[in-house]
Order: sequence, then structure tokens, then C-alpha cells
Amino acid sequence: MLSFWNRFSRNRSAVLGLGIIALILLMAVIAPLIFPGDPFGLAGKSMSPPGANGFLLGSDSLGRDVAAGIAHGAKTSLLIGLIATLVAVLVGVIMGALAGYYGGIIDDLLMRTTEMFQTIPSFVFAILLVAIMKPSIESVVIAIAVVSWPAVARLVRGEFLSLRNREFVQACHTVGMSDVRIMLGEILPNCLSPIIVIGSLMVATAILIESGLAFLGLGDPNVMSWGFQIGAGRTLLRSAWWVCTFPGIAILLTVLAINLVGEGLNDALNPRLRERAS
Amino acid sequence: MPAFGPVPFWLGDPMNHSTRRLRYVLKRLIQAIPIVIAIVVMNFFLLNLAEGDAVDVLAGEAGSATPEYMAELRAKFGLDQPLPVQLAVYMKNVLTLDLGYSFRHEMPVSELIFDRLFATLLLMVSTISLAVGFGILLGLIAATGLNTWRDTAISIFALITYATPLFWVGLMLIVVFSLGLGWFPTSGMENFAQFYEGWDRVFDIAHHLVLPTITLSLFYLALYTRLMRASMLEQYGQDYVVTARAKGVSERRIVFVHVLRNALLPVVTMAGVQVGALIGGSVIVESVFAWPGLGMLAFEALFARDLNLLLGIFLLSALLVVGVNLVVDIVYSSLDPRIEVS
Amino acid sequence: MTRLLDIQGLHVALPAGGQRAYAVENASLHLDENEILCVVGESGSGKSLTARAVMGLLPRPHVRIAKGSVSLQGEDLAKAKEPRMRELRGSEISMIFQEPMTALNPVMTIGDQIDEVFRFHAAMSGRERREKALTLLNDVQIPDPAQTILAYPHELSGGQRQRAMIAMALALDPKILIADEPTTALDVTTQAQILKLIKEMQDEHGTGVLFITHDFGVVADIADRVAVMQHGLVVEAGTTEQVLTRPEHPYTQALIASVPSLEPRPARPRSPEIVMRVNELDKTYTSGGGFLGGEARVVHAAKQVTLDLARGETLGIVGESGSGKSTVARCIVRLNDAEAGQILLGDADIRPLGRAAMRPYRSKIQMVFQDPFASLNPRARVGKIIAQGPLLQGETPQAARARATELLETVGLDKGAYDRFPHEFSGGQRQRIGIARALALNPEILVADEPVSALDVSIQAQILKLLDEIRDRMNLSMVFITHDLRVAAQVCDRIAVMRRGEVVEQGPTAEIFAAPKHVYTRELLSAVPGRDYFKTVEEHAKMSV
Repeated sequence: MLSFWNRFSRNRSAVLGLGIIALILLMAVIAPLIFPGDPFGLAGKSMSPPGANGFLLGSDSLGRDVAAGIAHGAKTSLLIGLIATLVAVLVGVIMGALAGYYGGIIDDLLMRTTEMFQTIPSFVFAILLVAIMKPSIESVVIAIAVVSWPAVARLVRGEFLSLRNREFVQACHTVGMSDVRIMLGEILPNCLSPIIVIGSLMVATAILIESGLAFLGLGDPNVMSWGFQIGAGRTLLRSAWWVCTFPGIAILLTVLAINLVGEGLNDALNPRLRERAS
Repeated sequence: MPAFGPVPFWLGDPMNHSTRRLRYVLKRLIQAIPIVIAIVVMNFFLLNLAEGDAVDVLAGEAGSATPEYMAELRAKFGLDQPLPVQLAVYMKNVLTLDLGYSFRHEMPVSELIFDRLFATLLLMVSTISLAVGFGILLGLIAATGLNTWRDTAISIFALITYATPLFWVGLMLIVVFSLGLGWFPTSGMENFAQFYEGWDRVFDIAHHLVLPTITLSLFYLALYTRLMRASMLEQYGQDYVVTARAKGVSERRIVFVHVLRNALLPVVTMAGVQVGALIGGSVIVESVFAWPGLGMLAFEALFARDLNLLLGIFLLSALLVVGVNLVVDIVYSSLDPRIEVS
Repeated sequence: MTRLLDIQGLHVALPAGGQRAYAVENASLHLDENEILCVVGESGSGKSLTARAVMGLLPRPHVRIAKGSVSLQGEDLAKAKEPRMRELRGSEISMIFQEPMTALNPVMTIGDQIDEVFRFHAAMSGRERREKALTLLNDVQIPDPAQTILAYPHELSGGQRQRAMIAMALALDPKILIADEPTTALDVTTQAQILKLIKEMQDEHGTGVLFITHDFGVVADIADRVAVMQHGLVVEAGTTEQVLTRPEHPYTQALIASVPSLEPRPARPRSPEIVMRVNELDKTYTSGGGFLGGEARVVHAAKQVTLDLARGETLGIVGESGSGKSTVARCIVRLNDAEAGQILLGDADIRPLGRAAMRPYRSKIQMVFQDPFASLNPRARVGKIIAQGPLLQGETPQAARARATELLETVGLDKGAYDRFPHEFSGGQRQRIGIARALALNPEILVADEPVSALDVSIQAQILKLLDEIRDRMNLSMVFITHDLRVAAQVCDRIAVMRRGEVVEQGPTAEIFAAPKHVYTRELLSAVPGRDYFKTVEEHAKMSV
């Protein structure tokens, strides 16, 4: 564990990313303290530029505080990103493991399904799902998970496919170990690293999808989110550039930070790649 | 397969490279058919899960509609039939290239789609060319100058654009280049008020195309740049590079002849995989720039419960992905002689 | 005789902070015209890096020449600039590698890859270059040069690929050819052909060949002079005759002593009790087929294989890659399902048994695998790896632990190994762990699939000895899969020779080695490297005793 941290912390940009994530997390936690009240509510004079009328990052046409929206939106983005990824990873690992280990019909079915998901524009499909289920936190999470799991499944399938023929796995067969134990106890621990890496990168993608949905008006209408802020502010581009600009920077920083951490994990968990890159 | 060595070509496969290539592409095409059918069926049932149909929406807009009138409308549109029957009718019609009728727009779906297809295709083709072309170039430059300022600059650029939401890039480009500098129009595909014809119209459309293309391609540009860089570095470590050096081949030729072609393979594959995602992104870009393409049409159709239109668009975008992938397969098979037919 | 290459006090430095400062230390070697110098050593001896240093192909910037000179007819290559080295590579010095599949660019035709050599070193027209390439391929005895020029590497067999590499290396008639384990990845009969080819080409062109190998058999067949390397040092050098018959350095003596003799060991009496009978076993693999896929190719990995194994004996299954020997082993331990035939343990046929029905028989047959690195779960502790079999068979954790500890001692490892991870052990030690795992269930039959082929020759001898001891002590019967007839001669009481899924000949080892009946067996035996040489050496030794 200690050596893992040593390797991870050698990558300075990954540590920077971790720092940014910590700050955003902190912001999400203390948002109700520094910006008490409803972020949708009128907070002062409308269309105030940044710095004016007590608005750090300005206000929109309805007098809502942009900074308050960003602080409250952090929770939405992180939560949806995390939960959607967890669901997608869980489903993806189960499907990928079964397909890679058993092959045959299960594998064919999975491969055709993932090909289907590659053929449907995934974002359009996410829009469709949210629209059918009515926009809410749950429907957004489900939609993102549905379009994200095939990538995990493909990866896990590949890992299982190559590991199942390794001699150490065959040795388990020769002592009569059950399939479930082989999959969970022998193979899975050996492909955790790539799963962790793809999972961390998927959180970033999930946040991007969520913001895109919210931008198009398909987010949960009762929850403040960065995408919603940008969508609501786009008609004000001419007169109030700040309404769109700052939430976008928030998304950019969050996603960037998560990607940096993901790459740091990749380097730290995969020594072979690290050597090649240096 | 266990260790059975490959059969020398003069003993085994009598096919030459080009027939094998053709077979491979054909096989990939045939594999796509059941996938497209599955997509149509799945979307059909999903859309029918949603509450309300086109009649509800029409009736809601008309204000007052008697239940009798609504039932009459449903019978007219065939919406009173059981779902599997509706699906069967739809599938049969699709086979005769009849995509049905949009009750919302009161036009055949195929006409509606055809009207918008050009705009979407234009945006896609320009985006793919820009993203793949520049992605390969930047990745190549970064990999050949590993750990120099070029590499660092390109890597940082790719890292940032990879993390930026599309719609925000679009809005920011509008703020700077349209509203601020006034270089490009803010929205639309052409300036109808000017009634341009011939080359003037082409230039006008191209002028409108610049910002949407840049917006949509930035993310993929970053993706291909990173992939190309990683792929180049991976290939550099291969044994055949040592062999080439041992033959006294110049570093330049090693990069451009040996490594490049091998490094392109994963990039080309990824280009095919990403087409679907690209169409998804075009919904957002079309929305930001009011680009009159299929994405906008789909978005409107979704909220109007215009089921036939939506199904038609889904079918067409699936076909579009299949088509682009076919091109990708042809490119791939010309790059990699090891393609497997079986 | 002209001196081509003179290496003086060569030091190749490894990256700082590693276990060793130098991969090659103070190495001095020389190579004359028209001779073959074999550099022999085990893994980590620095023999390959010495070769790379001559070529100027060290993996820079981490590994570099720190001291010493590499003089090519008076020109010091250690100090030569890259453009000059590029000029020399391919024209004056060229190189062939161990694995011809990865050493060739997969997306370029053989013709284009040969053509590159001419392009960079000689002013010739396209037509001349093509003619020359055809002649070269003809010289290296590739059957259809005109077709091969248009072929891609994956379309050739391993032997053909290595021939193409040789053609490429000799294209411009270089003074020096460096061959880095060029036959290690090949089957024994192909190896014999390639060695013959290298020797012929060398004779014809008067080339100086620097031949890197780990195999003393190859040395005996091909070398004029030998240099032995250990841990980066050249410990002994001399003519082949000197080094092989009168080695001076203890390391050389030990290495030569650990080369298994081709003379089968005395036969032991065969027990009348047959523990396993394999009757007419069939196993096929199908590839291709399906619509548009063209004709399906059916490969018989095992065809009517019939064997029996007496108590306490070791049955060798020998053959080249693709012979089906591993498939048979895997069918016996039920990792693969054979389609037809019987595998009789006593009266019970285990071939058709399902997973559950097979479970009680699992403990009777256990397997030792080939690759000591892939055969142990890198995330599991050694103790758990050994104890999991007994645990699954219902032993208590204490009993399983005691058993595992006891087995660690049996295979010659420290008890402390129990709580360590596989990566902390060397290849030979890992193979011992693998053996302990196989023994944990008290099997009657041990199936060993190439258990020593991934190991250095000195380690190989230790593992073979261990297997022998264990077999006697535990009264085991063993099925021993190997491609190496020397190993087979030393371990097996009886052998079965397989080719393309069929057993072409079987019988007592001594009989088969003395009077092989089948053409293929004769071919295999005559292809064993160093056959004649070591025979005379052994006879010599016997007489002197």
C-alpha cells in the first residue's frame, strides 16, 4: 500500500488532480454553509457582473447567484458521476466476467450487445432513456450507466479471456475448484488494476454526460447542476457571459482532475507502462 | 488454438490478399445487419414504454379533443393495434424503404430526414477529417519529440480539451469569435436572407461550418492525439524496430514507414468505434449552433412523441455508423494484411 | 587469417540503482574471418547485451557502453557516431534474432523488408534489387522465392521466417553476422536445418559469425571457438574442442556436466500394475468455417492415441510443437475434453465424467506446468497456493497448513516461503512451488508438461533430479511431456513419439534410442544438436574411467 502511494505521488500532475478533487469535494460539503438557502432562489440584483453587488461570480437574469449554483452543483455532478460509474462497473464486471470466462453463447450475446451500443449514438440513447423515464436523478444515473457499462464489460471480458487460460487458473481446475471461486478469488484480483483505472476515467465521462443532459434541459429540475446553469445562461451570452463561463470552468477542472488521477493510477498500478513512458 | 504453426501460404489458403480483404469487409457488413434490426426493435419497444403517444400530444395542443376523435385518430395511425403487430407493419415498411409518416410535421419521415441528412453528413465528415487528420499529426509530432516542449504542449492541449464539455466550448467560441471578434456567424447553416447561389453559397455554408466543426472535433482530436502518441510509443518498443536499425535503416524511415503504419491500426479502429459517439455529440453541437441537422430533428421529435420520425432517425444514424465503419474496415484491411476472415 | 572484431575490456553499464552496476564487465573477445564464435551463457550472463553493444543497439539511454573498445578492423565502434554506425549496420555487420515473428514488421512484405537493406546501402535499380532478393531467398532455400517476396511474415512458418531473416542479414555480404539465439524459438528439426544453413552460408562467404546461445549442443555442432559468460564476465574462452572436452573454469565444468546425456539411463524393471490406460483418444480443433468463412479447417490434435502407464514408471511423450503432446496431457488431467476414447484409472473411465463426477478423481492426477511465471497466481501467497487443494478436498486449515509446510521442505524450499509471494522467487524455485502444489493432494499420477523447458540448464538438472526423487519416494507414476530428447533420455523409462496428433512409435526409451523404427523418430534423433560430439565425449569419459 505504501509503495503504491510512493509510485502514485511520484506523478506530480496526479497529485495535483487529487488536490483539485479534494477542494471540489470540500466545496460540495460546505455549500449549504457558505451559500445557505435555495440556489434556485433570488439572491439579489439580476445580471450583476462578477464582483458587483456582492456576487463573486455574478448573477443571472433571475438574480440567482452563479457562485452558489456552482457550489451546490458540485454535489450533483460528483454524486451522479460516482453512482452511475459504480452501477456501470458492477454490471460491466459481471457481464464481462461471465462472457470472458465461459465464452460461447454468453460471449456472443455480450459482444453483439456491445456492438449494438457502439452503433447507437450513446448520448442520443441516454437522452431517449431520460425522456422516457422523466428527468430525475435516478433516471439520469440509469441512463448514464446503461450507455457506459459495455466499455467495462469489453475490458473485463478481454482480461478474463486471457487469464482463464493462464496456467495458475488451470492449476485451480486440476484441484477441483469451483468456477465462482476461480472467477472471484483467482482471476478478478488479477484484473482489478485496469478496472480501477477505467472506473476512474468513467467518472469523468459520466460527469460530462450528466452536464450535457442537464444542458439540454434533461436534468432533474429540482436539483442545481452545472450543465443546467450553462443551459439556462446560453440565451444571455450576449449580455452576461459569466453565467455560462464559470460553471463550464468548474466542469473542466473537475473532469481534468479526475482524468489526471486516473492516469496516475494507471501509471502506479501498471509498472510495465510506466517504464515505457519514462 | 494451441500451438499449430501457421500454414505456409503456398500450402494452405489459395486466396490472394485482395480477395481476402473483400471477404473480410463483406463479412463485417453482413454482421451489421442483425445489429441494425436489433436496434430498430429495441428502440421501437422503448419508445412505446414512454407515456403518451402522438395523439395525446396533438390532442393536448388542440385543447379539447373528444375521446371518440382520439380513438379515431389512433385507428387512422394504426396505434390501436397490438405492439408486435405495429412492429411487424413497421419492419415491413422499412424493407420497402417506407419509414412511415410524421403526424407532427404532416410529411413522410423519409422526406423530413432527407432534408436534414445533408447538414448532419457535412458536419460529420468535416469533423471526422479534422479530428482524425490532426489527431494523427499531433500524436506523431508528440511521439517523435518525446519529452520535448512540443510533446509537453501537445499533451497539455489534449488533456484540457479531453476534459472540456462540448456545449461549453461551443458557447465560448461564440462569445469570442462571433460576438467578440465577429469573424463567424453565431448560428444556422447558411444566410438565407442573401439568396447566395453557386460558389457564394458554398463559401457561405463553409463559413457557417467552421465553429460547429471545431466544437465537435476538439474532444475527438484530443482522443486521437493521445491514442496516436501512445500507439507510436508502443510500436517503438517492438522488436522489428531493432531489426530495422540493425539493417541500417534511417530513423526517419523507421518512423514514417515502419512505426507509423503499425501505430495507425488502433487509431483507425478507434475512429470506427467513436462514430456513434460523434453523432451523439452532434445533437449538442446542433443545438448550440442551431445547425439544421438530424440531431435537432431527433430532439424535437422526442418531445413531440413523434415516434415514426424518431425511429427513422435512429435507423438512419445506425446505418450511418455502419456505413462509416465499413469505410473504416476497408481502410483497416488495406493497412493490416493479418485480417482474419474466419 | 584476418581479425575482424576485437573487443577489449568492454563494460556495459546498467541504470543506476539496479542490482548490478554492469551487465557486461571487462569482456574481451575477438572474432576472425571465416569462423564461428559461440558466446554461451545462461540468462542474465550478459551475452545478448555484448552482441547489442557491437551493433550499437543497446537500449539507450539506460544501458550504455561505459568502458572498453569494440574495434572493427581498427575502427572503434564504441566511439563511432550514429550515422557511421548506421552505415556499418546491414552492410558490414548484420544481425538475426531469436523470434523471427516479432523481429519482422508484420505489415510489410518480405520483399520490401529485404529491399530496405539495398536501398540504404547500395545504389541499385529496382530491377536489380528484385533480382538480388530472389537470388538471396533462393540461397537460403526458401521453396518459392517469387511468392515469398510478396508474402507477409504471418504467412510463413517459423523456419521460413528465420530463413528470410538470414537472407536479409546476408544481403550485402557483411563481414560479420551476429546471431542472437536464432534457433531457440524453433523446433528441433527446423533448428538443425537453420544451423546447417548458417554454417553453409558462413563457409561460402567467409563470414565471421558471433553466435549467442545457451545450448551446448548447438555449440558443439557449429562453433569453431567458444566463450563462456557468467554474470557479465567472460569466464573461459578457447577452441570448441578445448572448452567442451577440457573445461577449466568450474562454472563451465558445471554447465557441461548439466547437459543431459542422450544415452538413455539404465531401464528400471516395469511394474506389472497398470495405473492408467488411455485408449484411442481423439481430440480435434476446428477453425474457420461458418458462412463466408470458407472451408472449415479441422486439426486432429490427438488421433487414436493409445498409451499405458505402469506404477512407478515415467512415460515420456515427445514431439515438436503442434504434435499434440500437450493436448494429450491436458485431456488426461481433464483440462481439455477429448471427444472419443477412454481414459481408464483402474476400471473407471474418467473421459466422459462431468465436473461433479470428476471431483473425487481430481486428487489422483495432478499436473506440473511449463511456465514457472504464469503457473502461480501473482496475487496469492505461496502457502495458500499449495494448501488450497487440500482445503478444497475437505482438509482442516491446520492440516492443510501443516501439509503445505511439509511439502515446501520436500521440494527443497525454506519454510519461510509459506507467507511470501511468487514474485519473490526465481524461476527454479517457482517450479518447486508448482511441484509442491501438485503433490499436495497425494496424487498417484503426475503429469508434467514441459516442466523444465523454461529453465536454465543448471536449474533444469536440479528440477529433474527433484522429480526423480519424488517419484521414487512417493511411488508416483509420471507422464512427462517434452520436446527435448536429451531430457527424455534421462527421465523416461518409456517414450511415445507423437507427430500431428498421432503416436508414431512407443516403447522402452533405450530401445527407441538405439533402434528407432519410424522415419520421424530417426529424423528427430538425428536433429538433436551436439549429438555426435557429446557421444564421443561421453565414450571418452567412460574409457578413462
